[in-house]
Amino acid sequence: MKNLGKFGEFGGVFVPETLMPALEELEAAFEKYKKDEKFNKELDSLLTEYAGRPTALTFAENLSRKFGCKIYLKREDLAHTGAHKINNALGQALLAKYMGKKRIIAETGAGQHGTAVATAGARLGLDAEIYMGTIDIERQKPNVFRMKLQGAKVNPVVTGSKTLKDAINECLRDWTGSVRETYYLLGSVLGPHEYPTMVAYFQSVIGKEAREQIMKKEGSLPKAVIACVGGGSNAIGIFKGFLDDKGVELIGVEAGGLGIESGKHAARFADPKIGKKGVLHGNLTYVLQDKFGQIYNTHSVSAGLDYSAVGPEHSMLRELGRAKYTYATDKEALDAFKLLSEEEGIIPALESAHAVAYAIKYAKECKKDDVIVVNLSGRGDKDIFHVAKEIGAEI
Amino acid sequence: MNRYEKRFAELKKNGKKALMPFVVLGDPDYETSSEILKEMMKHADALELGFAFSDPIADGKTIQAADVRALDSGINPDKCFELIKEIRKIDNDIPIGLLVYYNLIYANGIDNFYKKAKDAGVDGILAADAPIEEAGPLLKSAKKFGINQIFLVTPTITPERLKTILASASGFVYLVALLGVTGARKELGAETVSLIKKVRPETKLPICVGFGISEPEHVKKVCDAGADCAIVGSAVEKIIEKNLGNKEKMLSEVSDYLSKMKNATE
Ligand SMILES: Cc1ncc(COP(=O)(O)O)c(C=O)c1O
Repeated sequence: MKNLGKFGEFGGVFVPETLMPALEELEAAFEKYKKDEKFNKELDSLLTEYAGRPTALTFAENLSRKFGCKIYLKREDLAHTGAHKINNALGQALLAKYMGKKRIIAETGAGQHGTAVATAGARLGLDAEIYMGTIDIERQKPNVFRMKLQGAKVNPVVTGSKTLKDAINECLRDWTGSVRETYYLLGSVLGPHEYPTMVAYFQSVIGKEAREQIMKKEGSLPKAVIACVGGGSNAIGIFKGFLDDKGVELIGVEAGGLGIESGKHAARFADPKIGKKGVLHGNLTYVLQDKFGQIYNTHSVSAGLDYSAVGPEHSMLRELGRAKYTYATDKEALDAFKLLSEEEGIIPALESAHAVAYAIKYAKECKKDDVIVVNLSGRGDKDIFHVAKEIGAEI
Repeated sequence: MNRYEKRFAELKKNGKKALMPFVVLGDPDYETSSEILKEMMKHADALELGFAFSDPIADGKTIQAADVRALDSGINPDKCFELIKEIRKIDNDIPIGLLVYYNLIYANGIDNFYKKAKDAGVDGILAADAPIEEAGPLLKSAKKFGINQIFLVTPTITPERLKTILASASGFVYLVALLGVTGARKELGAETVSLIKKVRPETKLPICVGFGISEPEHVKKVCDAGADCAIVGSAVEKIIEKNLGNKEKMLSEVSDYLSKMKNATE
């Protein structure tokens, strides 16, 4: 391995030995093809002709008026399959194809990554198999059916938390037994090296576009860029565009669940009692755990943020002070879900609603000409049944 | 000479091979686990002991279930060390190794974990999810406290990796018999034998073969191929799982099974 994927002290390759040669192969393949002209041309064409990039940067007129500043939404909800996950899924699926792999496996929480992988698999002619916790299968039903419609096999995961964490466990176990012919298409900036670096690379298109778009519209950089953080891929993707612009505040929003004091949340950074440095799924980062190092199960109304660890690059950005992290509770996210639907005619994913919820708080402290860019990571069609249940509405 | 060296030298002198059973400490509870260990020691040449972890990614369903039972009964690393101290009092010669996930070591403080292990009478530590690239801090503590750092060698290994790993390994080489996670298998593939033959000339360390071994024929097969020891884990855990309601039967079946497996090493 050329590089151990360290972000300061975070990151690394904490996996069983069986997987190491595959990770070495992955590192070499990614380094090679990311510079390959044919690969890049094919990926560009997939992103523009198939996935619908660039996505719009929409001025949220009504919200802006209501809260007294300028709020822009980066519309990843408009990308094919309805979330930013497609950027990474297409990039890695194409890489898998160039590597000569026939079978791809993936974990999914909200089902957006699973759907994106099923889609990429269908388009590129790869067999896709998706692991998903049974709790997530229940709350993200529409996505389960979408995956199946596109020919993917969905394997229910009944162990542990029955959510994203255990879906990743099952993928790693599958891969350990199938590593010679299978490509593991990880969905966020998590896992062992090369994944955090590679997923950030494929998602950085969001930030690149957003920076160009806001410069064109406003002629200046925004005061803040706000994104929700599950594993952290949509956040890293948009942050990348502004990392060198020191005046731009980068803000990640974690899932505050039922509140930090309740202990029922997925806020790895906001609860120092249980959010500590540790190793989960291949990297050193902040992890919710007990004093012995056993990983805690998490709670969030949104399946995509319901995860015990956070991408290692976020741990580094936080320690460097380059990005700051806060949280929004289930209730705040549900309120933002309704507000954005009513005010702007955009139904956000519950994950993205966390970013919107914090943006509203932030906007209240802003001046009239301050510009905020919110990454609207996905659309909420997948969530309508679950939200109806949460708020006691009938469909 | 450390306990692994002593034990394997004795065996070799008598022309014998070893049996190294594995269980998860605290499964199904502290007291029963202690009794199971005592039965195991009647047939074991060395012990490999697991610390239950919430997210055991290298383990199949049987050991995952054992981890859940142990954690539900309230086991934690400190209690595991107590349990090891207890059995160390009974036998001061048997080599004892740990199979543990990195976060349990890290959360304790790496040095602190190795110190506790040494004090409890542990001889070797294998961190299931720490490949040689991440093992630097572990090797440092291992050296400081006189513990053998054990590494996995697997069917996917390249000649370069094998060399690097063997240069740091001590105690024994844990050779993974198959491609995949732990779990009893019906058959042992040809790949196992060819991996043993590939590793044998590269090291003087004892080669202990684990993952999938469940039948006396498997033990014979790996010993005949040049291995020094067979590790059997999931098959023992299956006996525990099957007899959760009947402790006497559990203990006698574990004992009978291991006696049969030990005979296969002769
Ligand atoms: C729409 C949407 N946003 C955000 C996330 C969280 O993932 P990440 O933090 O990697 O962007 C998910 C995950 O499923 C998602 O579907």
